[in-house]
Amino acid sequence: MTQDFLLSFAQAITKGLLTGMVYGLMALGLSVIFGVMRVVNFAHGELMVVGMYLAWAAFEYFQISPLLSLPVIAVLFFGLGYALQRGLIQPFIGRPEHQQFLLLLGVALVLVNACLAIVGPDSRGVQLEAQFESYELGPLVFDAVRLHAAIAAIVIAAVLWLFFTRTRTGKAIRAAADNHMGALVVGLDVRRLYAVTFGVGAACVGAAGALMITIIPVTPFLAAEYTLLAFVIVIVGGLGSMTGALMGGLLIGVSEAVAGLLADPSLKSMFSFGLLIAVLLLRPQGLFGPKSSS
Amino acid sequence: MSAAPLLQVSTLDLYYGDAQALADVSLDINDGEIVAIVGANGAGKSSLIRSIHGIETPARGTVRFGYADITGWPSHRVCEAGIGHVAEGRQVFPNLTVLENLEMGAVLKRARSAEKVTLERVFGIFPRLAERRKQAAGTLSGGEQQMLAIGRCLMGQPRLIMFDEPSLGLAPAIVQEMFRIIRRLNEEGMTILLVEQNVMASLKIAHRGYVLENGRIELQGTGSELLTNDGVRQAYLGL
Repeated sequence: MTQDFLLSFAQAITKGLLTGMVYGLMALGLSVIFGVMRVVNFAHGELMVVGMYLAWAAFEYFQISPLLSLPVIAVLFFGLGYALQRGLIQPFIGRPEHQQFLLLLGVALVLVNACLAIVGPDSRGVQLEAQFESYELGPLVFDAVRLHAAIAAIVIAAVLWLFFTRTRTGKAIRAAADNHMGALVVGLDVRRLYAVTFGVGAACVGAAGALMITIIPVTPFLAAEYTLLAFVIVIVGGLGSMTGALMGGLLIGVSEAVAGLLADPSLKSMFSFGLLIAVLLLRPQGLFGPKSSS
Repeated sequence: MSAAPLLQVSTLDLYYGDAQALADVSLDINDGEIVAIVGANGAGKSSLIRSIHGIETPARGTVRFGYADITGWPSHRVCEAGIGHVAEGRQVFPNLTVLENLEMGAVLKRARSAEKVTLERVFGIFPRLAERRKQAAGTLSGGEQQMLAIGRCLMGQPRLIMFDEPSLGLAPAIVQEMFRIIRRLNEEGMTILLVEQNVMASLKIAHRGYVLENGRIELQGTGSELLTNDGVRQAYLGL
């Protein structure tokens, strides 16, 4: 009896960790954008959902697996993020937060309603053979799609880490986040760096969308839920901290899975928000905030 | 030395909202000179440097550098043209390492090809930075951070360096060292615009100087002329 429970508990944690990696990747996008520009991307979940739809469409119409369409979607989203920042968001940098909020809320509304208009409200999912496969490690069972998604998310996070620590542009972005005046003084093109940053953040969430569609089907209404989820994750992990976003993702993934096991799957948000409130009360800067940026 | 000035600022006006920070400011800097701008706190010295650099946007006036009219250029293009800036408060990147800070100075296209050679030169001038290259810049002392700010600026291969209050908040021994370094850079051919509250020390090393009061140029002359000027002696040197 207790052994059965322990096993299903371990199983839930495993599942939560794997899903949590994808959550972490999604939140990483939000965290990078905020950490550098101090702009909160209120359209984050909407971008996630658009990424899911693109991966779904690639599979539905061209039979391309989401893991293969992911790089293309990431590149597309980089371009989209870059253009969005250059064209729309840049003039709002440094303006009062409520103006930025309204702008990005507008972007969110446009995106989610475009999805509704084009694809409709029904849920869309992909049918992959991997969804019926699993790997076993001792008594534990890993869903193949979750494991693949988690591995892909880890690889992308590692690439991102290399970008920020090894490339000239990546270091310059960290410098601009570290000291804006310093960046101007040495002659960094801060506007271009901001556009690249938004592109990178969007690519993260687009890639996370391509991974998520292998785990659950998409509807336009998921968008607001994901925006909120991404917030909860980065606040729990610590705003502006890359490690925090990934760890926050794992934590929320696990808390959702454990909620499903102990109470009811529909109560998973209650657990996540409970965690959020606990963190805000006990450690308002988040578990890994604020000084551990990148 | 060319006949035309390296940097020429003409009739600059700058406003912050309704408050006028600079009024009709004109000045020239010739190739190879040290030019000091002295004045009280709030006289507009930093505003002037930031206007030249394109960080502030003047309402009127022009800035020429070499043969180019750089008025209204964004700050990264001004740096690319060859103007370096050692800012007030040092403005290092605290969470980046010393080496990464220096690399950021060499992001400019004009500086990339010579990055390795320049880095050796900077480490030659500031051996302390070489010792601490892996350390986060935020953990350095104030004097070390000022050295890093100067080194980072040199990494960009500037033709002119604007120093904004380089002695502010430093221990007297380090202040001496800072002025010695500025003079040495000048002897090696660097043109220098020096903004300072330390009037005595800066006029001593400057070829020429301008006195800025309430956003206006009130006086100009050679360093020694200004040091012996009664007005300057009373207002700034307390003599």
